[in-house]
Amino acid sequence: MHKSWWKILSFILLVYTIIAGFLLDVPHLFILNETIRNLYFHVCMWFGMMILFGTSFYYSIKYLRGFDYRNDIFARNFASVGSLFGILGYTTGMIWVSVTWVTDQGQSLGSVLKEPKLIGAAIALLIYGAYFVLRGSFTDIDKRARISAVYNIFAFAMLFPSIWIIPRLVGSLHPGAPGSDSGNPALDRNDMDSSMRMVFYPAVIGWTLLGVWIATLKIRLELFRDKKLIHDN
Amino acid sequence: MTTKLFTRLWLLALAMITSTVGFAQDKPEMADLMRSNGKIYVVVAVCLTILIGLFLYVMLVDRKMSKIEKDN
Repeated sequence: MHKSWWKILSFILLVYTIIAGFLLDVPHLFILNETIRNLYFHVCMWFGMMILFGTSFYYSIKYLRGFDYRNDIFARNFASVGSLFGILGYTTGMIWVSVTWVTDQGQSLGSVLKEPKLIGAAIALLIYGAYFVLRGSFTDIDKRARISAVYNIFAFAMLFPSIWIIPRLVGSLHPGAPGSDSGNPALDRNDMDSSMRMVFYPAVIGWTLLGVWIATLKIRLELFRDKKLIHDN
Repeated sequence: MTTKLFTRLWLLALAMITSTVGFAQDKPEMADLMRSNGKIYVVVAVCLTILIGLFLYVMLVDRKMSKIEKDN
């Protein structure tokens, strides 16, 4: 095992997340009740996804600057773990919706399906899905790396408009909608309870580092496989 | 085996740390009752076990990968 401090840090932070996340006091709110604790899990998946996609974007640019094939492998695997986090975020959100918006807030299924953030997140994930389809359709390694790196830049450029900007412009059931009193819980530090921030930020770092760990394993496997390929020829 | 022992120790430590829970009637319903029974710790223990299991698995894959890398 490659011993790294950040792998241990990830473990410590996630153990802290679970213990503090379940046991510390949280704001007592109607409808949300104890499900407010999902902030440490559901929201962290999306934050982790954004960081992993950002890393993938960085390696795609790096690939285009020097055409080092290793950077393409890095970009691909960070994007794939990012997509995994996105899918997990979607799935956990589905469970959360079914007990808060649909049953307690009395939202119809129609209004939930029209939720701009759900649509935006789906668009973003599908754009990343197309990234893998695009990659898979090339037989030439260099062409694949080059075109998918360019596409990855486009995909990242679409990520923030679709999951942040548009939902906040048109109004959404998620916090941060225009006209609601939820303010801007993602960026304004007055809009999230300080006791929750104490768990939330470490949780984001912990989950992200776990994602990075899994990505590095995939990268090492792929680098190894390609090295073998070169040796065999 | 050590994982089990570890979770049990956590359970014990957490049970000792937390003691008081207030009851209020006009406030939104929270899982106070569950916590007063100490049963929330069961959930924490379950989640910790899963987390530790996941980390052990990733660690083993990492170790295996390193071994393969070294051999070649």
